[in-house]
Amino acid sequence: MSVAIIDSGGANILSLQAALGRLGTDSFVTTDADRIRRAPRVLLPGVGAAHDAMARLRAAGLAEVISALTQPLLGICLGMQLLFDRSEEGPANGLAVIPGDVGKLRSAPGMPVPHMGWNQLNITRADPLLDGVNALDYVYFVHSYAVSPGEHTVATADYGAPLTAVTRRDNFCGTQFHPERSGAVGARILANFLKASS
Amino acid sequence: MGDILELAERYRDEGADEVVFYDITASPEGRRVDREWVSRVAGILDIPFCVAGGIRSVEDAEAVLNAGAEKVSINSPAIANPKLIEELAARFGSQCVVIGIDSETTADGYRVYQFTGDPDRASNTGRDTLSWVREVQDRGAGEIVLNCMSSDGVRRGYDVRQLKAVRDICDVPLVASGGAGTPAHFVDVFEQSGVDAALAASVFHTGSLLIPDLKARLADCGIEVRL
Repeated sequence: MSVAIIDSGGANILSLQAALGRLGTDSFVTTDADRIRRAPRVLLPGVGAAHDAMARLRAAGLAEVISALTQPLLGICLGMQLLFDRSEEGPANGLAVIPGDVGKLRSAPGMPVPHMGWNQLNITRADPLLDGVNALDYVYFVHSYAVSPGEHTVATADYGAPLTAVTRRDNFCGTQFHPERSGAVGARILANFLKASS
Repeated sequence: MGDILELAERYRDEGADEVVFYDITASPEGRRVDREWVSRVAGILDIPFCVAGGIRSVEDAEAVLNAGAEKVSINSPAIANPKLIEELAARFGSQCVVIGIDSETTADGYRVYQFTGDPDRASNTGRDTLSWVREVQDRGAGEIVLNCMSSDGVRRGYDVRQLKAVRDICDVPLVASGGAGTPAHFVDVFEQSGVDAALAASVFHTGSLLIPDLKARLADCGIEVRL
């Protein structure tokens, strides 16, 4: 199986490819609509600003393509945020495949923004993506924006307030943290995504 | 090179929370960190990875980030060109921008040193450490690594007092560096100076301290660690 990684701009696609490689999975980075449509799995990573990433996806004609995908898609970090309706960052309109808005994290004493570091997961609903993942397992976050927990949240993390750590609506799922940098727990989540049946 | 890859693998498997790759002679020698090393280490690690050494421009940083690093750490080049911090934060976001500070206790207080990777070129910049810590935050640093030079390499403990002074004015994650010798040193620096993380090199490289043992000790002392 070769997985499509959508090039939404920003760096660090390489570490995601390396993580997939450690799981024995090939991947290719693309903005080609046909290759994305044909891929058995699609990853939407993202580092940078929401409006830049959306502008890049729209310029490549990919916003509608992504929204219409039926195979499993995993958004990571900004890529997860892009799945929602709107982001305060920009502001920007997202892909709107999952209802909800992305808001800026509010800094507080001892809670600097960006939020960077290892945080524990609270699993709020069983999901195939979290198969074998335990409550209070640590994953690695780097972000300044977040989605408040809602109907499509399957795991949260606490940073001042609860935030959506893992989300799912049908074939669209996402992680606010970086599974490719979250040790064995992250590798498990990526492996679950790769073997997902729908 | 082989040693570096082996170390990266060992630290990954032992449960390190982050690996920082320092090419400490890059700045004094006017060269850049070797991208090939960066991408090979990045391919092994499944934990955050920061690269330091001779990053003097947005282009240098971009190459390192594209090679698979999460963050770049800037020390002497930020002193020479503080605007670089703003440029990096604007281009990549503050979360990618770590500022390393080598600080020494002098008769005038804490002072920032540069080119510390080369004993012949290491020099006191005359900058006050605390004002530099404020300035780099204002310019967009997302994290600060404070290396306390008089403690560095002698394994007698972190400079808890200096780190506490910096903690008090530092609103971004602060990493202690310099002086780790025993598990008690880690306990002290977390409990007494309130740093977010502690960095060590030689005690881990030589195997005199094993990360799982250290983490177990920290957990026993009630300090939150990822086990």
